[in-house]
Amino acid sequence: MIFFSFAVRNLRRHWIRSTLSIIGIIIGVIAIASLGMMGNSINLLVASVITDIGDTIVITPHTAFGGTFAGDPRAAVDAAIPTREVEVIRRAANPHRTIPVLQGADEVEFGRGKSGYARIIGLAPEDIPILLNIADGQYPRQNQPRVLVGTHLAREYGMIPGSRLTIGNENTRVSGVLAERGLAFDINPDYAIVVSDAWYRNHFGDKDTYPMVIVRVSDLDEIDAVKEAIETRINRREVVVDVADSREILRQYREIYRQITVFLVGIGGISLIIAAVNILNVTYISVTERIHEIGIMRGIGALRHDILRMFLYEAMILGLIGSIIGGIVSAVSGYLVSVVALELATTGMTFGEGFMIFDMNAIGYIAFGMAFGIGTSITAGLYPAWRASHLAPVDAMRQK
Amino acid sequence: MSDVPLLLFRGVSKIYPLPAGDVVALDCVTLTVMVGEFIAVMGPSGSGKSTLLNMMGCLDVPTAGEIYLSGREISRMSDDDLTRLRRDRIGLVFQQFNLIPLLSAIENVEFPILLTTARAESRRRAVEVLSAVGIEASHFSHKPGELSGGQQQRVAIARALVNDPDILLCDEPTGNLDTKTGTAIMDLLAAENRRGKTVIMVTHDPDVAAYARRTIRIVDGRIT
Repeated sequence: MIFFSFAVRNLRRHWIRSTLSIIGIIIGVIAIASLGMMGNSINLLVASVITDIGDTIVITPHTAFGGTFAGDPRAAVDAAIPTREVEVIRRAANPHRTIPVLQGADEVEFGRGKSGYARIIGLAPEDIPILLNIADGQYPRQNQPRVLVGTHLAREYGMIPGSRLTIGNENTRVSGVLAERGLAFDINPDYAIVVSDAWYRNHFGDKDTYPMVIVRVSDLDEIDAVKEAIETRINRREVVVDVADSREILRQYREIYRQITVFLVGIGGISLIIAAVNILNVTYISVTERIHEIGIMRGIGALRHDILRMFLYEAMILGLIGSIIGGIVSAVSGYLVSVVALELATTGMTFGEGFMIFDMNAIGYIAFGMAFGIGTSITAGLYPAWRASHLAPVDAMRQK
Repeated sequence: MSDVPLLLFRGVSKIYPLPAGDVVALDCVTLTVMVGEFIAVMGPSGSGKSTLLNMMGCLDVPTAGEIYLSGREISRMSDDDLTRLRRDRIGLVFQQFNLIPLLSAIENVEFPILLTTARAESRRRAVEVLSAVGIEASHFSHKPGELSGGQQQRVAIARALVNDPDILLCDEPTGNLDTKTGTAIMDLLAAENRRGKTVIMVTHDPDVAAYARRTIRIVDGRIT
């Protein structure tokens, strides 16, 4: 214990230097832990809003479709899937349900002077119950010119079944309010108005093309086979459409968010490594300043490993104090960073409400940051400590 | 008294290789030290006195030759074994006192025992030795910087004695002290010798050397 006591006394003797090193570690641990937690929070948020279960194949026009080159921004706007291609998809996907989707936007008056632009989704009436659930009211009956309103839009503008609204110049009524669907990879009707395809064509004009086609696969095991069948039939000669299944998209999303987290933790790691270099520097200075003292200790009987231990204790104490404080502070700051970042990310939206920011992963990042802080501190102390322990006692005692 | 020499140097040389050429600090030194002797090592600066003392104190190893401590060869021992010998069998006293500035007087004295023993035992022994060398209890908790030169050297002697070593090796023990304090320190060392400790000291001062019963003179690394 005497060498531990030596380490403590020496750190106290140079308390400003020690404090600065500790601050370095604190910052590093906070950076790792809070950035890790922030990445984790993003993951949690995404997980909480993505409701897709992976039974959907989404077919969108290949961006080069229509003769424009891929980088042309008009390509994405102009590109659409013609009806005859939809029929090819339908045959390829049979017996699974093929749902062509019409999407546009128009000015909507919600009554009481409230108006705004809203996304309008056009679906065949028989497809609507397959894709969407009703929270309040009912699906519009065949040929009834009524519409469904997404839950967030309804909440924002006080729409209930029977409410009047005007889309463009057309007056209509709300037949039902949709149940919350969350973030999906096909359509996101929570902020949209869903109408029948006939109503849509009547309102926007008959374009005979679709920006998106959805295939609902009843058996998840058949997804790859259905995808392949569509690809083979429609993309035989040239790539006309992009075929993606939500499971794959989900996997890619998760991978992206995982990489974001790794990147964030990496940034934190760099700051901790900088702190570790500072500890190396401090320990090295400490060794250099105390060569004479080390010589005396060695001269009167301290073994090499005693000296090694003493300097490692110093590095460890700095790392331990820094990591503990850093861990506590990052629990608080990580929470605040996450809350602020999410607040900014979700301003004006209602999804992601009330999900947990702190889960085992978040605590794991704090523990990881602390362990990394202690680990890098000890590692940084190794070389100076080794050097101190290998000084020849006579030479060391001679130095002042 | 045993016939086995406490220290035996047989053809011991120490050569320091330097860019300008090798420096021979000790040149084929052979000597014997018996238990209970009081020896003064004298010689001009750079003659090899301190190198000789370092070899005796297991602080350095020879380039050639053999050194025996109580019949056991130590010249080829590992660093850890030499360190244990220094800790358990050798007491070192230096001209500059070489106390550890972070520690109080009593902690400096305790240090060698703490390397092997528990604190309660070490404190009792440290108090005993400090009192024996004439340090008042009120000074036990003083840091070296708060003590006079004479007090510091007494503390250093107490530290050297605390593990009850076989040999006390002193390098110019009075070199940094005034005459009166130097005399007191020498009386202390002489008393230890009378109690049976082997004392070997390096000195320039003939008055100090007069305390010894044998004087070894060394010039250019050779005993004359």
